[in-house]
Amino acid sequence: MDLGVKPMSYTSSNVSLKSGDGVSDMFPAGLRVLVVDDDPTCLRILEKMLKNCLYEVTTCNRAELALKFLRDNRNGYDVVISDVHMPDMDGFKLLEHIGLEMDLPVIMMSADDSKSVVMKGVTHGACDYLIKPVRMEALKNIWQHVVRKKKYEFKDKDYEQSGSVDELDRQQKPNNNEDLDYSSSANEGNWKNSKRRKEEEDEGDERDDSSTLKKPRVVWSVELHQQFVTAVNHLGIDKAVPKKILELMNVPGLTRENVASHLQKYRLYLRRLSGVQHQNGLTNSFMGPSDMPFGQMSSLNGVDFQALAASGQLPPQSLATIQAAALGRGPTKSSIPLPLVDQRNIFSFENPKARFVESQSQSQTQQHIKQVNLLHGIPTNMDSKQLASLHQSAQSFNNMNMHNHVMQMSGQGQGQPQSRSQILNEINVSDLPSSSSSSVISQPVLSQANIPTSFLGRNGIIASLPQPSTVVDFSSQTTDFAGSNNNINNNNNNNNSFSSKGSGEFVPSYDVFNDLYQNNRPQDWRVQNVQGGLDVSPSVLVQQRFTTSNQKSVGQNRGLSVINNNINKTAYSEIGQQINSSLSDNQLRIKAERLPDMGFQNGIFPHEQHFGQEDLMSAFLKQQQEGVGSVENEFGFDGYHLDNLPV
Amino acid sequence: MEGNKLQRQAACMRNALFDQGYLDEQFIQLEDLQDEANPNFVEEVVKLFYSDSARFIRNIDLTLNNSPSDFVKLDNIMHQFKGSSSSIGAKKVKQRCTQFQEYCKIGNFEGCMRTFQEVKQEHAALKKKIESYLQVARQAR
Repeated sequence: MDLGVKPMSYTSSNVSLKSGDGVSDMFPAGLRVLVVDDDPTCLRILEKMLKNCLYEVTTCNRAELALKFLRDNRNGYDVVISDVHMPDMDGFKLLEHIGLEMDLPVIMMSADDSKSVVMKGVTHGACDYLIKPVRMEALKNIWQHVVRKKKYEFKDKDYEQSGSVDELDRQQKPNNNEDLDYSSSANEGNWKNSKRRKEEEDEGDERDDSSTLKKPRVVWSVELHQQFVTAVNHLGIDKAVPKKILELMNVPGLTRENVASHLQKYRLYLRRLSGVQHQNGLTNSFMGPSDMPFGQMSSLNGVDFQALAASGQLPPQSLATIQAAALGRGPTKSSIPLPLVDQRNIFSFENPKARFVESQSQSQTQQHIKQVNLLHGIPTNMDSKQLASLHQSAQSFNNMNMHNHVMQMSGQGQGQPQSRSQILNEINVSDLPSSSSSSVISQPVLSQANIPTSFLGRNGIIASLPQPSTVVDFSSQTTDFAGSNNNINNNNNNNNSFSSKGSGEFVPSYDVFNDLYQNNRPQDWRVQNVQGGLDVSPSVLVQQRFTTSNQKSVGQNRGLSVINNNINKTAYSEIGQQINSSLSDNQLRIKAERLPDMGFQNGIFPHEQHFGQEDLMSAFLKQQQEGVGSVENEFGFDGYHLDNLPV
Repeated sequence: MEGNKLQRQAACMRNALFDQGYLDEQFIQLEDLQDEANPNFVEEVVKLFYSDSARFIRNIDLTLNNSPSDFVKLDNIMHQFKGSSSSIGAKKVKQRCTQFQEYCKIGNFEGCMRTFQEVKQEHAALKKKIESYLQVARQAR
């Protein structure tokens, strides 16, 4: 990341990320971390490590004291790192408190790496779990959790606030913050911040992009895309084959696969363009109720992912990748084929979740959300609890996707067949017509395992069904989804669109739109770069950008691409991103998180961007409107959907 | 010359610590944290560890004497001690801690007692070696 040389000077009034004053340039430097550990040795080491990351560290050896710090200064911290075993209070309890009261991302730490404890962290909502001894590398990336969370929050808020998306507004408003249990006032307060944050993040993303050329994921920046388009035009759209385009573009490091996937998206985009005229703002169509309590969803998603991971389908790495991808920094190239889990599923999943979420207590949501994060490469067994949560969310959704999704899970087998079946049973496919179970996760989007668990947790969308591909962390989005789902439902038949049409080709609209919409970021072309020719299967990961209302949405990678009805799954499948799929017809606002795979590193969803929500939503909505119904594949290349996208 | 000699000596001692399994790569993480602003960071942390770990050892001793069958408590204390040891890279100490915990799990008091003695031994041995190394390293700087 580009830390910049500016001294950390963010105002303390806002969350550092939000304050933006100098933060955006230096992000994640200046991240305000509160470390809680009764062991003085560890505390000292952590403090030094965090300081070396240029974070602002506050240490504390008592949980009670930590709570006091947090309560006294509500906006004074960005992330909390806490030990599990502490004499005065159990770390999990502290985690719960923080989640309920402040809704900050909390990272648990312990020398205990047994599955049960890690699982406990997940269920209690930790957004990550570090095994002691903690290494510097592990701490360097904790900012992702903050961004993710903010992103979601922001997104939700964005939608709410931005009047751009009418539908969204309609939907969001009621949903946002209201439906969600966890919408806390903090969210509202954060709105402005998130906006700012978004901008900052965007900037950050952009910066990151350029500075992270080494990232495997190809980020289709506007410039790159422009080159691509030029090459295509030169060759003639009919004759434009990836190989030739690649040659013409002459971009070092770009592979034929990158181009191929991008081309696929582009074609869909063109097709869509010709079909749709006015979409302005996909966001409208796209993200329905951004406020949907994604949080819930995310947890669900997360669960799914976890389950998937557990089932072995999703190799822990993929999780990491997904997560990473979601962040936009995913190291993984889009090669990780994120199985686009039925996007629909995701969305649908989320929708129900959203509803569910509302009923659930915040903490629950949090739990879910946090669950996701914990998955760092830890194969999580979806335990019944998770499944239950999944289930819940699924139910609220149209479950069709869930159903499929669950089914897939069960199909996959692994892990907990039982739990899966539980879910299956519970999930009732609602009126999703297409509940084609088959469609559910059609393809493991993420082939790579790097998807961070958190990512997975998000959407709970099982990105990779059959294969252990990284599971997109949809769950993280769940919170968002949850909220948004509710809202979204109304939009077109999103469910259908999402629902697996056949094979779950639900391609969540790429969150690209969000980006695009947001500020027309030039860089965002969030082209989802399907790396490695991700065959984006139906599971387009839609990022749930709903975060706003869902505070809980763990910042997991939301790499969900906006689920667009039209989104073509294939393109997205690669994105391990969080498939917001659950949007399916709802205009879930899918936060355009970074699709992990999508090469767009900061591309579509700069992790810091919050924006996506609005954009996504509108894009999404638009999509829905237009192409509703055709969920299939229209891969809505996000970027393309936007009319105003400079192609 | 003097400097070089000391440096070589320090390097030698350091390597020995790793080769003999006293330290693992976590110690390197600590070394990496040492910089101009914190030139004695490693030493500082090691000192902190030793002063703190005395507390753990005391507690375990007490528990073994007073409530020998409270394996849960023993396990908990040891878990913390282990976490602390691992954070400085005390490999052998950590290994003994793990062993101790295994005995706790199966409720083997004898095993616990025996292993605890080993923990203490390793703990003391490391202290000597690392302190002399750090001393030389500081002089060599």
